[in-house]
Amino acid sequence: MTDTQKLGKAELAAMFAAFIDPAYVIDDSETQRPYECDGLSIYCEMPLLVVLPETVPQAQRVMQICHQHKIPLVARGAGTGLSGGAMPNSEGVLLSLAKFDQILEIDPLARTARVQPGVRNLAISEAVAQYGLFYGPDPSSQIACTIGGNVAENSGGIHCLKYGLTVHNVLKLEILTAEGERLVIGSEGLDAAGFDLLALMNGSEGLLGVVTEITVKLLSLPEQSQVVMAAFDSVELAGNAVGEVISQGIVPAALEMMDSHAIKAAESFAKAGYPTDAAALLLCELDGVEEEVAEQTDRVDTLFRSLGAMSTQVSRSQEEKALLWKGRKSAFPAMGRISPDYYCMDGTIPRSQLAYVLIEMEKMSARYDLRVANVFHAGDGNLHPLILFDASVPGEIEKAEELGGKILELCVAVGGCITGEHGVGVEKLRQMPAQFSDRELEQFHRIKSAFDPSGILNPGKGVPDLKRCQEYRSIDFAANKSSRGETR
Amino acid sequence: MGDISQRLIDQVNTAAMDGTALNIVGRGTKEFLGRTPVGQAIRIAQHSGIVDYLPVELVITVRAGTSLEDLVAALDEHDQMLSFEPPTFGGKASIGGTLACNLSGPARPWSGGIRDSVLGIHLINGKGEHLTFGGQVLKNVAGYDVSKLQAGAMGALGIVTEVSLKVMPKPAATLTMVRNIDVDRAIETMNRTAGKYNALTGACWLEHNMYLRFSGARSAVKQASTKCTGEILDSGDDFWHDLREMQLDFFERAGSLWRFSLKSTSGHFRADERWLIDWAGALRWLHPGPDTNGIERKGLEQAAVAANGQATLFRGGDRNDEVFHTQTETAMKIHRRLKSAFDPNGLFNRGRLYSWL
Repeated sequence: MTDTQKLGKAELAAMFAAFIDPAYVIDDSETQRPYECDGLSIYCEMPLLVVLPETVPQAQRVMQICHQHKIPLVARGAGTGLSGGAMPNSEGVLLSLAKFDQILEIDPLARTARVQPGVRNLAISEAVAQYGLFYGPDPSSQIACTIGGNVAENSGGIHCLKYGLTVHNVLKLEILTAEGERLVIGSEGLDAAGFDLLALMNGSEGLLGVVTEITVKLLSLPEQSQVVMAAFDSVELAGNAVGEVISQGIVPAALEMMDSHAIKAAESFAKAGYPTDAAALLLCELDGVEEEVAEQTDRVDTLFRSLGAMSTQVSRSQEEKALLWKGRKSAFPAMGRISPDYYCMDGTIPRSQLAYVLIEMEKMSARYDLRVANVFHAGDGNLHPLILFDASVPGEIEKAEELGGKILELCVAVGGCITGEHGVGVEKLRQMPAQFSDRELEQFHRIKSAFDPSGILNPGKGVPDLKRCQEYRSIDFAANKSSRGETR
Repeated sequence: MGDISQRLIDQVNTAAMDGTALNIVGRGTKEFLGRTPVGQAIRIAQHSGIVDYLPVELVITVRAGTSLEDLVAALDEHDQMLSFEPPTFGGKASIGGTLACNLSGPARPWSGGIRDSVLGIHLINGKGEHLTFGGQVLKNVAGYDVSKLQAGAMGALGIVTEVSLKVMPKPAATLTMVRNIDVDRAIETMNRTAGKYNALTGACWLEHNMYLRFSGARSAVKQASTKCTGEILDSGDDFWHDLREMQLDFFERAGSLWRFSLKSTSGHFRADERWLIDWAGALRWLHPGPDTNGIERKGLEQAAVAANGQATLFRGGDRNDEVFHTQTETAMKIHRRLKSAFDPNGLFNRGRLYSWL
C-alpha cells in the first residue's frame, strides 16, 4: 500500500488528465455527488476521483495505473443497481462507462449485436425491432440500466423462465483484467474451449474485470402475446396454480404474482382493473404464433378457473394486455402512495414453498410492525418483498434492514437463495454466511484472486471477509439466545 | 447406487498427501475426449441416484455418477426432458461426465447447452473440501457461478458429486422437413429460418440435404411446416436421435474428427472435404481429407478464427499434443490461476484440457 500513500489525489488526477479529457476527470465533491450511490441510496460513499474515459485504451491506462499503485477501482454503468454494488470506494477511482454508449454492429442474419457496455438494455431491443428481433432479458429498469451493468449483475426480468438471464444471452465479452490486460471471453459460436469464464463474469459484480464490449444473442419476436389475469382468495391457491400451469407443459413467457398489498397499491395507481378484494393475483403471459397463443390462453384460463380462481380475464387486444401489465410494472412506484419509503428484497425460493414463505413473512411483518407487500416472479421463484417504512421515523431504516435480512435467511432455509437478480453488493454481505460456509466463501475469494491478485476491483463487495462472518454469526447466536430467553 | 462422497473425499485427501495425480472417471464413455488421461483412476459411477425431483419445479437433482439412461427414464415418467439433448452414448454416459465435457445436442441454439441448464453442484476441490454452489432455483446471483464453470472444464477444477438441472416439458408435437439444397444456401436458409418466430428446434445440413425440425405446440408446428419448403421426413425422430448420439454414418468414419464452433452465418470453407453442419451453422464437424493427416492443427484453427470461432480435435489424431483451441497468453494466465484456486496441488485431470493445465 506504500504506492497509494505516495500518490495523492491531485497527483492521480493529473496523471489521468494527461490522457483523458480533463473535464472527465472529476475531483470536486459537487460534481462527484451524483456518483455517491447506485439505486440503493441508503449506502453512500464519495470516491477519491471519478473518471469517464472515452476509449478502451484510456480505460485500460486507468486500470494499469490503479493496478500499479494498488488503488481500488469501482466500475459503474447507469447506477440503477439495487444492492450498492456500484457504491464508490472512498480511497479509490470510480470508473464510469457512460461514454461507451455505442451499438457497434447488428447482424440480423446471425441474430447478434455487438455493443459497448454503456448501451441501455432497452436501446438494444429498440434498435433490432426492425428486423423482428429483440434482446431477451428485460429487468424492470430496462429503460435506464446498461448492458454492462446487466452483465455485472446477471440481470433477469419478467421473461426469464422462457428467455433466460443475461448469462444465457451473452456470447462474448471483451474485458480489461485487473492488471489492465485485454481479454476476449467466449466466441461468436455457442461455446468456447477452456473454462467457462463467461459464466464467471456474468454476475461477478465488477469484482473480476471491467467489461468493454459485449456480443449478445438476439431472439425473434413472437407473432403474438396475450395475458391471462386470475384473482384468487388465497395465496396458497394462487401458488398451486403456478405449479399446475407448468405441470401442463406450458412454458409461459412470464408468470407474475402479486399479494393483496401490492394489488391495492398497483390498482389505485394504474387503474388496471385489478380486483382489489383478491388475496393474490396472477398474470400469465403466453406468446408464440397466433393460433398457439389463442389455444394456450384458453387452456390457462380454464385451468385457473378449475383451480379456484375468483375471476379471470384474458386480454383480447394489445391495449388490454398493456393495461394489465401496467399495474404490475408500476407496483414499485405505486408503493409511494401507501408508504413514504420501501425497501426491495430479492430472495428466490422453490415455487412449492411459496405459500409457506408468504405466511411466515406475514408473521415477521407483524413482529417488526412493518408492512410487507409482495411482488413475485412466480415462474422462476424470484420473490420481491417490499418492506414499507418511514425513513423519517428514527430507527425504521435499521428495522427494515433487519427484517429484510430475516426474510432472506428464510429464503435460504426453504432451499432458495438470498438474491435472484439484484446481486449481493454491500447490501447482502451480511446474509452470505447464511447461504455459504466459510470454505465456500474462501473458494470465492480464491476465484477473485485468480482474476485480481491485488484485490483492487470493487473491494469489499460481493463476498464478505471471513472475519466479518464470524462476527455476524456470534451476533446472531447472541440474538437467538436472548430471543429464546424472552419467550420463556 | 448410493452416496460414496466420503470415500471420494478420502481418496482425494490421500492423493493430496502422496502427490498422486487423479484421473476422474465417470462411466467411461468419453475417454477419447480431451488429451490422453493420466493418473490414478478415481471412479464416480457408484456415486449415483436421483436425490430430488419435483416435476412442478422443473428441477432434478442427481448424483454425478447417475447414467443418463436412469436420469432420462425418471424424466420420461413426467413427460419432461433434458432440453440440451446430450449424447447419451447408449444411455451409459454419466451426467457428471456430460457436464465436464459440455456436450449438448441439436437443440442447443434454441434450448441452451448443459451449462445453461445447470443450477447447482456439489464439488470436491483439491483440498478435499466438499462444497455446494448454486442451488435448485432458476435465479441465483449470490457468489460466482461455479456450477456453470464446470461445463467444459474437463474435471480440472474438482470432482462434481451432485448436479441440479433445470428440465423442461416435452413438446406436444415434433415434425421434420427435409430439402435438397447446396451448402451455401443451406447455411443462409437455416439462419433465416432461425430469425423468424417459429418452433424451430433443429437445423442441420448433411450430404446435400437440409433438415429442419420444428417442435412445440401442435398449432405452432403445423404453421411452421406449412411455411417451409421441403418434404416431411417421416423418420425425422430417428435422424435427430442418430445425430444427437453421433451414430449417423458420417460419424462412423475412421480418422480424426474436428469440431468447429463458429458464428452461424460464416461461409463454408474447405468445400471439398466431408462436413456435417448442425446448430444452424454454429457447429460444424469435419473429417479432413486423407492428405491432411495430423499436420494442420494450426491451419484449421486459423480457418476457425477467420469464421469467428474455434476448432477442436474431437476424436482421433495425436492426443498427446493439444486438442482444444489455443488460448491467448492472458487467458492462459487466468486458467492457470483458476486451476490452482480450486486444485492447488494439481491433482485433478492433469493435462486433460491443455498440456499446461
